[in-house]
Amino acid sequence: MAEMWINMGPQHPMTHGLWNLRIKVDGETIVDAEPEIGYLHRGYEKIMEVREFQKNVVLTDRLCYVSSITWSHCYCLACEAAMDLDVPERGKYLRVVSNELQRIASHLMWLAAYGPDLGLLTALLWALRERELFLDLLQLITGARMNQNYPRIGGVRNDAPGDFEKYCAKVIGHFRKKLGEHEKVFEQSKLFQVRIDLRKLDPYDAYPEMDFQPAVEQEGDSYARYKVRVEEMKTSCDIILQALHKMPTGPYRVKPPRRIEGEGFRRTEDSRGEALFYVIGDGDDRPYRVKIRSPVFSNIAAAPLMMRGNKVADVVAIMGSIDVCVGEMDK
Amino acid sequence: MGIEGEVLAGLKDRFGEPSFRSLAIVRDRVVKIVIDRKDLVAVCTFLKSKFDMAHLSSIAAVDWRDHFESVYHLTSWSRNFMVQINAWIPHDDPHIDSVVPLWNGANVHEREAYDLMGIIYDGHPNLTRILLPKDFEFFPLRKDFPQEVDRQYVSRRKIGGG
Repeated sequence: MAEMWINMGPQHPMTHGLWNLRIKVDGETIVDAEPEIGYLHRGYEKIMEVREFQKNVVLTDRLCYVSSITWSHCYCLACEAAMDLDVPERGKYLRVVSNELQRIASHLMWLAAYGPDLGLLTALLWALRERELFLDLLQLITGARMNQNYPRIGGVRNDAPGDFEKYCAKVIGHFRKKLGEHEKVFEQSKLFQVRIDLRKLDPYDAYPEMDFQPAVEQEGDSYARYKVRVEEMKTSCDIILQALHKMPTGPYRVKPPRRIEGEGFRRTEDSRGEALFYVIGDGDDRPYRVKIRSPVFSNIAAAPLMMRGNKVADVVAIMGSIDVCVGEMDK
Repeated sequence: MGIEGEVLAGLKDRFGEPSFRSLAIVRDRVVKIVIDRKDLVAVCTFLKSKFDMAHLSSIAAVDWRDHFESVYHLTSWSRNFMVQINAWIPHDDPHIDSVVPLWNGANVHEREAYDLMGIIYDGHPNLTRILLPKDFEFFPLRKDFPQEVDRQYVSRRKIGGG
């Protein structure tokens, strides 16, 4: 049979956003694939060059609206590396808590999107129901459900409310029971190799004081990526409770300098992989150059490798398991 | 001697100190070296084989007005440290050798740097625009590409400098 190219996108339920996966098929088998991205390119790196360091946090929030805090957090860390600024202990713990809450909310959003990809509408409804609880917690600590604008260069914007630990314990206790049900839904319908967790390898903030085991799967297929994410949600629950328990009192934010002379970079374990910000200041109160390294941008480049030899019907399951977020991919 | 000192000593030993513009330890387990573009592939090959730098995190291109820099963030998972390589590129001849033969993941990062900054990576298998439209004529991250600034407060220095 003659080979031909098929466009899966830009308008296709598989894309979860706006991008185009071109696949070359021979009958039903995929011979080659080619992601076509850039539909959502907003020129973040250029826009950030004319805004003040602190004000850019608003922008980095919108890199991925599902995982805002982790992105702003990474940007703040890079600026602090360039400024040689130390964050107060309580600020570090609050960052860990908000980061992990955001990670669970992000993974649940992925679970909700991945379920219908595989024909499991139950997963959509259940995961979004659970996500609502974590959005409530985020609202309690930051004041917003999405695009929280919470991390600051030098700490976080505000302290947690007094009874925050109580609410967290309640939600997490409930969530741990429910997560078992989610796993049953997915495992009834059977469908990367070594994972490296930067929270362990290159620890930042209060992560060195946390006791947790990174989730690792050896297989490297879609099912392994699913298992890693579910395992990560359990790990995040443990980390949140530990951090709230160990959290010291005291200030949570210091005033950063307005100007940066020099450069710095930091990488963090984002919800989707390794995020890296590289910030250069030329002595002005705006960055001279900001480089954003997006995990999805790098992972999507591996699409041809993951696709070759598979069937067209598997495309949705494979690409869905990457957890594509077009906002951060196209910058 | 920690891993940082070991890397610096290894590099000095292999290439000789004059071939580096600077060598420094940025912080714990992070080393920064500044080189000329002609040494890039040799240095990268050496680092990859000697210190198991298996992972290329990102490639950033920076416009310093008098020259470009292509900045590589390399990671070694087994030894757990990072190296930042700043390679100098002349402004009037923005060419540098591609590192795709060493790290396949460099492919999209080099395409992005070409797309936004106009640096040409010689030897890249498919150096085309990746984020911007195919017929776009400019390289927007360059400093001579102006931004719309009349609707926002921008420091005088930035307006003067473009």
